[in-house]
Amino acid sequence: MAAELTAMEKNMRRRQRKRNLVAYSFIAPNFIGFAVFTLGPIVLALLMSFAEWDGSNTMKFVGFNNFVQIFSDDRFTSALKNTIIYSIFTVPITLVMALALAILLNQKIKGTNFFRTVAFFPYVASLVAVAAVWNMLFTPAKGGIVNQLLMNVLHVAPLKWAASSSTVMLTIIMFSVWKNMGYYMVIYLAGLQGISEDLYEAASLDGANAWQKFRHITVPQLKPTTFFVTIMLTINCFKVYDIVYMLAGGSNGVVNKSAIVLVYYIYEEAFRNWKLGRASASALVLFAIVLVVTLIQFRGEKNYAND
Amino acid sequence: MKSKKTNRIIGQTIVYVLLILLALLMLVPFVWMISASLKFNKDVFVIPFEWIPKAPRWQNYIDIWTKIPLAKFTLNTAKLTIIVTLLQLLTSSFAAYAFAKLEFKGRNLLFLAYVATIAVPWQVYMVPQFMFMRSLHLADTHLAIIILQAFSAFGVFLMRQFYEGIPDSLCEAARIDGMSEYEIYAKIMLPLSKPALSTLIIFTFVNTWNDFLGPLIYLTTESKKTLQIGLKMFISQYSAEYGLIMAASVLSLIPVFIVFISLQKYFVAGITAGSVKG
Repeated sequence: MAAELTAMEKNMRRRQRKRNLVAYSFIAPNFIGFAVFTLGPIVLALLMSFAEWDGSNTMKFVGFNNFVQIFSDDRFTSALKNTIIYSIFTVPITLVMALALAILLNQKIKGTNFFRTVAFFPYVASLVAVAAVWNMLFTPAKGGIVNQLLMNVLHVAPLKWAASSSTVMLTIIMFSVWKNMGYYMVIYLAGLQGISEDLYEAASLDGANAWQKFRHITVPQLKPTTFFVTIMLTINCFKVYDIVYMLAGGSNGVVNKSAIVLVYYIYEEAFRNWKLGRASASALVLFAIVLVVTLIQFRGEKNYAND
Repeated sequence: MKSKKTNRIIGQTIVYVLLILLALLMLVPFVWMISASLKFNKDVFVIPFEWIPKAPRWQNYIDIWTKIPLAKFTLNTAKLTIIVTLLQLLTSSFAAYAFAKLEFKGRNLLFLAYVATIAVPWQVYMVPQFMFMRSLHLADTHLAIIILQAFSAFGVFLMRQFYEGIPDSLCEAARIDGMSEYEIYAKIMLPLSKPALSTLIIFTFVNTWNDFLGPLIYLTTESKKTLQIGLKMFISQYSAEYGLIMAASVLSLIPVFIVFISLQKYFVAGITAGSVKG
């Protein structure tokens, strides 16, 4: 009896082992690539931020020295400040524009498909191409179409846009809103379509006008969506790089203090100055910010799940 | 009753006016791009701007191919995009099947490793990743760009989420019929997951085609460059060749435009899949 049981047990264990192996064979192709080229470098990033390294000589551990250095570097503090300013303006403007677009496109009218495509296309269009047009539309010269509009329609002085330190961020923010609002519009559309028609009908019977319906039904019902969009937008704003490179980078891609952002600073310290420790330390600062935002999202999601 | 009807008409008119204004805002840069691409450089900034050039200069679209190795850039980008998309589809749907439908030791731990990295932006580890690739002599190779893009956690997530929605009983029945797990994956799951695969295709395609920072860091030899950084290089070198820059820009947008128009609904599905939570 006992011998029979162990034989059965052995058999079961062998089967389980075989099942494990089959499962691992499914995961292996992706996981090996993922572990070697993503997980590994993440651990390395942590190590490097506490070391001094130029990429060729040996690594030397220096404790928190890199962090002390970057926080006393003018370019780093500018980058941090600019990234925060960029986020503070880009997040709410994009959010409001995306919501407005979504509400307009959620009406029962003809042609919404066309308008939706139009609003979404800038998001998929490659950045280099659209930034090239943007640079020509917003050229500091008087002949630029936007400056013409300023002078002839609004009767104000032309602006230098990306060429001036006082308007470069404005130009970057406007471009970012224009390019990305279609993406968040799609998220809002899905949120709007999840709101029950009955709520609006009941409100109509009670004599509510359009604004009251928006204020007391749409906005509260969209709260989880707005929360999600805010988080995503904030994280994406802190990762901004290529927009700045294309609009403010000039021909050699060098960005001055008025427009430098965190990821640009990382890029510059690593691949122009080969100060890899400092680059990693600033990358860790970026990570810390994104992590805080993500943790807020985790908590928020739990709240909404409980509702 | 009559006033209600007129109200609705007024409301609809306002909606249309706003929509048309927004559509103009979104479209004007593209129309300007096409228009400028058909002009001599000296005519691009002439006031008032000529939206439809009287004598379109199609020559720009011929000259651009000889001015820069545009064909080479396009070929490089197409090659990278196709390989990355295929690898991404294969490896992530494969791994997602195990995570969704198989019981095995360490499943939760392994999946946690994927979840944890979602919170880490690529920009945080791009520097050590580059140093690691360089030590493998992969700097300035297309293989590096492929590796960079092919194993994202996003694909595994998306596919797993979809597979979870397919009833387990389907797999159980196939197992009883004597099918191996590989057969179940290939003959049952893959054919069922066309919508999720399409979403993954369009996301990977657009991301790889438009990727900027990756190729900028890795690819230094001109003949290896992708369309995006090749185009940026051209803009830097010939900043006053407005007509040609716009012609090249229009050409670089065409493939994405075609993929986007034909697979649009899957794009929308992908975005909302990431946002709608329990």
